[in-house]
Amino acid sequence: MPWSSFRLRKNIAVSSRGRWEENCGAWLCRTAEGGPRGVRLMATILLLSAALLSGAPEAKRLSVYSPSANYSVEVTVRNGGDYVELLEILRPLGAVTARVDGRVWKVRYNNLDGEFIDGQTRVRVQGQNFDLPGSFLLNHDNGRGLVPLGSLPNLMQRFLGAPVNFHESSRRLFIGNVAVHFTAQVNKTGPPGITPPTLVMNFSSPVNPMIATEPGKLRMVFTHEPLVPPGSQSLTFDSPTIPSATFQEDNGAAEIAVAGPVPLFASFSNDGRTITITPAPQAVVRPAQSPAQAPPVPSANPVLSVQPGTPPPAGAAGNSTASFSTQYFAVVDASHGGEERGAALSDQLAEKDVTLAVARSLRQELQARGFTTLLLRDGDVTLTLDQRASLANGAHPAIYICLHAGSQGSGVRLYTALLPAGGQNRGPFLDWDTAQSGFRAVSQSAESSLATEFGKRKVPVRSLAAPLRPLNNVAAAAVAIEMAPLAGNISDLNSPAYRQVVAESVVAGIEAVRDKLGAALESPSPGAIPPGAAR
Amino acid sequence: MIPRHLTIGVAVMLAVALGMSVYVWRMRGRVQQTETPAAYTHPVAAPVQGPTEQVTLYVAYDDPGLLRAQGASIPLPAGRQERAQELLRALLGLYLDKSSSHLLGAGAEVRDVYLVDPGLAVIDVNDAFADGHRSGVLVEELTVASLVQTLSANISGISRVKILVAGKERETLAGHADLSCTYDVSAVGQMVGELQ
Repeated sequence: MPWSSFRLRKNIAVSSRGRWEENCGAWLCRTAEGGPRGVRLMATILLLSAALLSGAPEAKRLSVYSPSANYSVEVTVRNGGDYVELLEILRPLGAVTARVDGRVWKVRYNNLDGEFIDGQTRVRVQGQNFDLPGSFLLNHDNGRGLVPLGSLPNLMQRFLGAPVNFHESSRRLFIGNVAVHFTAQVNKTGPPGITPPTLVMNFSSPVNPMIATEPGKLRMVFTHEPLVPPGSQSLTFDSPTIPSATFQEDNGAAEIAVAGPVPLFASFSNDGRTITITPAPQAVVRPAQSPAQAPPVPSANPVLSVQPGTPPPAGAAGNSTASFSTQYFAVVDASHGGEERGAALSDQLAEKDVTLAVARSLRQELQARGFTTLLLRDGDVTLTLDQRASLANGAHPAIYICLHAGSQGSGVRLYTALLPAGGQNRGPFLDWDTAQSGFRAVSQSAESSLATEFGKRKVPVRSLAAPLRPLNNVAAAAVAIEMAPLAGNISDLNSPAYRQVVAESVVAGIEAVRDKLGAALESPSPGAIPPGAAR
Repeated sequence: MIPRHLTIGVAVMLAVALGMSVYVWRMRGRVQQTETPAAYTHPVAAPVQGPTEQVTLYVAYDDPGLLRAQGASIPLPAGRQERAQELLRALLGLYLDKSSSHLLGAGAEVRDVYLVDPGLAVIDVNDAFADGHRSGVLVEELTVASLVQTLSANISGISRVKILVAGKERETLAGHADLSCTYDVSAVGQMVGELQ
C-alpha cells in the first residue's frame, strides 16, 4: 500500500473519507442482520470483483518519440504477434492517406508511396520490395493496415529517411536524435546524521514524470519523454538513506525507481530539468530540546534548514532510517503548484507563482531568526492537499503556515480552520478531517499575533475562519494567509517589498507567541501524532 | 428570328437569377446554423405554485467581502424540499444578474436540494456553477456561506449541509473552499458572523 494512502484514522470502515457514513453504514448493518447468507453473497461479490480487477491485463502500448511529436499508440495482438496500425504511427509525423484496392492497401506518406497486400509479408515502399517479419493484415471494416511491431525500424526508416532506434521489448521507438539523458548524484552536505542527503538528477531536457511513492521506493514513470538508460541500468550510491536507483523500460514507458528505507520526496527545479529527491520529514521521535525552548540560533547560512547541534534522536541511534530525523518549528506551504495554477491573478500571473515567491521569502526570514523551517514546495510541483497535510504532520511543527493569493479586496486575510461536521478521535488516533480541533486555540492565538504585526506595518488585515483544506487536517497550530493587492493593483502581489513586509510580519507574529506555540509543541496530547499513525 | 444580342442578354439574366437564388439559399442556411446554438437549451422550470412569503437571503458582497442578510418576497411551494430549492434559486438569481455584487459564472444552477433526516441538506449544483466560479479563498467562502446560511436560516431542522457538483463530490469549489466535507451549520453560523 502506498504510504501516502494511510490516514490518521478512518472513522468508518465503509468509507475511505468517513463520509456518507450514515447510508452506507446502515446498509452494511442490514446486510449483516440479514444473516450469513447475505454476508456470504457480499463477500463473494467482492472477491469476484477483486479477481476480475486484478486479472485485467494492462493494455499494450507503443511509445513513439520524434523531434515533432511524442505519442503513444495501441498495440493489438493478432495471430499470436504484436501489431500496430501504420496510419496511427505516421499521422502525427506528416500528411498521410490510405486507400484499399481489393486486397491491396496503398498508403501515401508525404510524397512516398507504399503498397501492402493482405496476408503477405512482401511489401513495396518507394519502388523497393522487402519482407516484413510477419504478414501484413488489412482490416476491411475500417480500411486500416496493421503491420508487425518488429517491422517498424525498417518501415519507418524507409518512410521517414531518419535513423530509427527501436527498443522492442519495452515498445519504445526513437526517431532521430531525440534521446533524453540523465545523470544522478547523491549530495551529502552538512554534518552526517543531521542534514539528509539529496539525490540530484539532471536531465538533458525538461521532464514531467508521474511520481508515486510506496514503501521502500519512489517511482518516476516517464511516458512522454524519450528517456534512455545511463551506462548501467542500476545505480548505487554511497548513502544508507538513498542506496540505489534502477532504470527500467516496459510497455512504452521508462521508469526510474529510487530505493530508500524512508519515504522519499521529489521536487522539480531548473524548468523541469532537475529533480531533487530528499527524505520526507520523519515523524519518529521528538528531539530532546524543542526549538521553542532553545534560544534562537543566529544562522550564518541563510539556507540552513535544520537547527545546528541537534543530536540524532535517541532511540534512532544506529538506525539509518532515522539518523537524520529532525523536527521543524515552522512548515511553510506555498499553495497550488504544478498542474494546479490556483487563481489566475492576471494574464501572466498565477497564484502558484506568487505563493512560491512569498514562501521562499518567509523561509529565509524565519531561518534568519533561528526557526527551523520546512518549505513543502520549493518548485513547480503538484502536491495534493492530503500530501501537504501528511508532510506537515510528519514534520511535527509548532506552526503550519499556508500561503494563498487573491485578486479580490486589499491587504491580507488570515484564516484558521472551519472544522467540518462529525469527527471523533479514538484513543491516540485523531480524526483526519478534524485533526485541527485540539489546536484551534493556539491557531487563533497565532492568527491574532500575526494580525497585530500586520497592523503595525499598516497592512490592512482581516481574520476569519474558512473551510480551507488542509488546515483542518493539520495537527499543529495552523494559519492560512491570503495576500490581496495593497492598493488594488495586481502587480503588488509580485512586489519584493510586499513579500518582505508579509515575511517580516509573520515572523514577528510567530516570535510574539513562540512560548504558546512551544507549549503546544511539547504537549503530547492531544496534538501529537503517535509514531506510525501518521500517513 | 430573335436577335443574337437579345438571346445573350436573356441567358445572362437567367444565370444571374440562378446565381442569386443559390447565394440566398446558402446565406439562409448559414443564418439558421448560427442561430441554433444561441437558443436557450436549458429546461425551463415550471412556475412556482404557492403564496409569496418573506424570506431572508444571505447575499455575498465581494467588494467589502461581506455577507449581508437581505429580505425578499418570493413565491414558495408547500413542500419543504421544494421550498429549499426555490430559496437557493432565488439567491442564484441575484448572483447571475450582471450587476450582481457576487457574480457567478453563466449557466450556474442549483440542480436539486435533498433534505435527508436527520438534519442533513444536500445541495447539488451543476458543473457550470463550479467550473465558472472565480478562484480565491474569500470569494469561494462567501459562496459557500451564502448557500448554507440562506438554507439553514429559512428551512428549520437543518444542522448539516453537503454540497455536490453535478451529483458528485468535489474536493474544492474552485481550488479553495472545501467541498469534500459536510458543513456544520452552527460552525458556518460563526463564520457568517465574522463575514457580516
